[in-house]
Amino acid sequence: MPDLTQLTLTQVRQQLADKSRSAAEVTEAALTRIQATEPKIQALLSLQAEEARAQAKALDAQGPDAAKPLWGVPLIVKDVLATKDAPTTCGSKILENFRPVYDATAVARLKDAGAIILAKANMDEFAMGSTTENSAYFATRNPWDTSRVPGGSSGGSGAAVAACQCYGALGTDTGGSIRLPASFCGIVGLKPSYGRVSRFGMVAYGSSLDQIGPMTRSVEDAARILQVIAGHDGRDSTSVEAPVPDYVAALSERGDLKGLTIGLPAEYWDKGLSPEVAEACGAAVKQAEALGAKTVPVSLKLSEYAIATYYIIAVAEASSNLARFDGVRYGLRDKSAESLIEMYVKSRTQGFGEEVQRRIILGTYVLSSGYYDAYYRKAAQVRRMIRQDFEAALTQCDVILGPVCPTTAFKVGEMTSDPLQMYLMDIFTISTNLAGLPGMSLPVGLGRETGMPVGLQLTGRAFDEARLLQVAGVLEKNVPATGIAAL
Amino acid sequence: MKISPEEVAKVARLARLDLTPEKIDQYAGQLDGILGYMDKLSELDTSSVEPMYTPVDQISVMRDDVVRKDFTREEILRNAPETDGAFFIVPRIV
Repeated sequence: MPDLTQLTLTQVRQQLADKSRSAAEVTEAALTRIQATEPKIQALLSLQAEEARAQAKALDAQGPDAAKPLWGVPLIVKDVLATKDAPTTCGSKILENFRPVYDATAVARLKDAGAIILAKANMDEFAMGSTTENSAYFATRNPWDTSRVPGGSSGGSGAAVAACQCYGALGTDTGGSIRLPASFCGIVGLKPSYGRVSRFGMVAYGSSLDQIGPMTRSVEDAARILQVIAGHDGRDSTSVEAPVPDYVAALSERGDLKGLTIGLPAEYWDKGLSPEVAEACGAAVKQAEALGAKTVPVSLKLSEYAIATYYIIAVAEASSNLARFDGVRYGLRDKSAESLIEMYVKSRTQGFGEEVQRRIILGTYVLSSGYYDAYYRKAAQVRRMIRQDFEAALTQCDVILGPVCPTTAFKVGEMTSDPLQMYLMDIFTISTNLAGLPGMSLPVGLGRETGMPVGLQLTGRAFDEARLLQVAGVLEKNVPATGIAAL
Repeated sequence: MKISPEEVAKVARLARLDLTPEKIDQYAGQLDGILGYMDKLSELDTSSVEPMYTPVDQISVMRDDVVRKDFTREEILRNAPETDGAFFIVPRIV
């Protein structure tokens, strides 16, 4: 019998519903686990222990409610999502004392579903980074090996879930920030299609790329969280009014992969993979074939242009989005400034970290007069071609499989000196954001060389999350179990 | 050289950031490398491609013009670095 904190969300939810566990008991166990593991991994920026205890008590007083699908389940939320009255720093000094007066829609929907928010998770500042070393507060460590990074930018969420501090977390993904930490931490991460989940209350980085999604210890857990947060929201005009299918029911519809075609892009498989990633992901594909799937080669020939395209669009949008931090309505203000402009300049210069400043400058440059056409417009054109590439590939197959990242989690400090080198870590994940498609990371075992988790990436057609979950759900039961980090 | 230290300084001013001379030189070197990498896109002929600025076709939705009050003035001013209780206070402009 596993420890209470090691149960999946689906399991603990059942125990809460049948009253074999109280919300207070489950919450207390999670808080105890946080106290025990936090000194080693530093996944959290703030803890809402008292609020969580009070909420658990109130839920227990009312008793389980079948209409609330996450009744009593403790979760953690990335610190880029607004939480009413609780700190929301985005991993930045500029928002150190910011306490929103409202909840992000995704957070509000979790709370309405009965979930208990325990804490806010560490992240690369404003979600800019792939390792969570770029937080203005401290670096998060990987629960599987604390000398390694958890991936980023949702590294706090990934490490918290892998360390069993909670039963699931929300991350956000602009270029791979859910899938990379899910891969490095050996958990499931799902980036929904652009427009599936409301971005209201998510502090924007790249508005046309950002999505909120679940990070969990099982595929069914991810389905349950997505079910709650998905769907149109009047407060986000880019959230789409498409029906939300029953994801959990979809999972039970499939026991094998018969009749499905899986696309394998040569661009993702043929070069640059570490042997252990190639081996673990390759074995998962063999398993998919054994389960009845047909595999076909597909071409994503523009893959080599994706990183350049992505970083132009992302930094352009970031420079515009981060213009709101001016020291007037919220956030850090330099009190010594005598003029308004000086106040803007000093507040921003003190408040933003180095990578954020680098991206703001790059973004301002690619949008500036004389360079706009050469960089931003050009990138937007290539973006359409990349989407067409995916659309063509997805007419030949139902799901595209490849690795999430060429390597497993690397050592802390290994990737901090050269920004371009770090950008290249996103090579397999960013195209999905450019095209607006759903992408998922599924753990497929431990690497032979490092002993660290390996993630397989599933990419599907727009708004076809149900199919991704189905394929992942079948594979999950048939690939070597990743297990739980011994922390 | 794609971007000079002078251009970095100019763009930083536009973005309301104040960089030390050392930072300007450091960023100029790094941004030069990054922009050089981005020039890869010029290999592609995009002359007949319509730019794609977002993955979803955004349709303006009309909603009823109903008066509502989501927040009090106090709540909205709560995070202000400086306020007199009624307004955001900034350094003197005129």
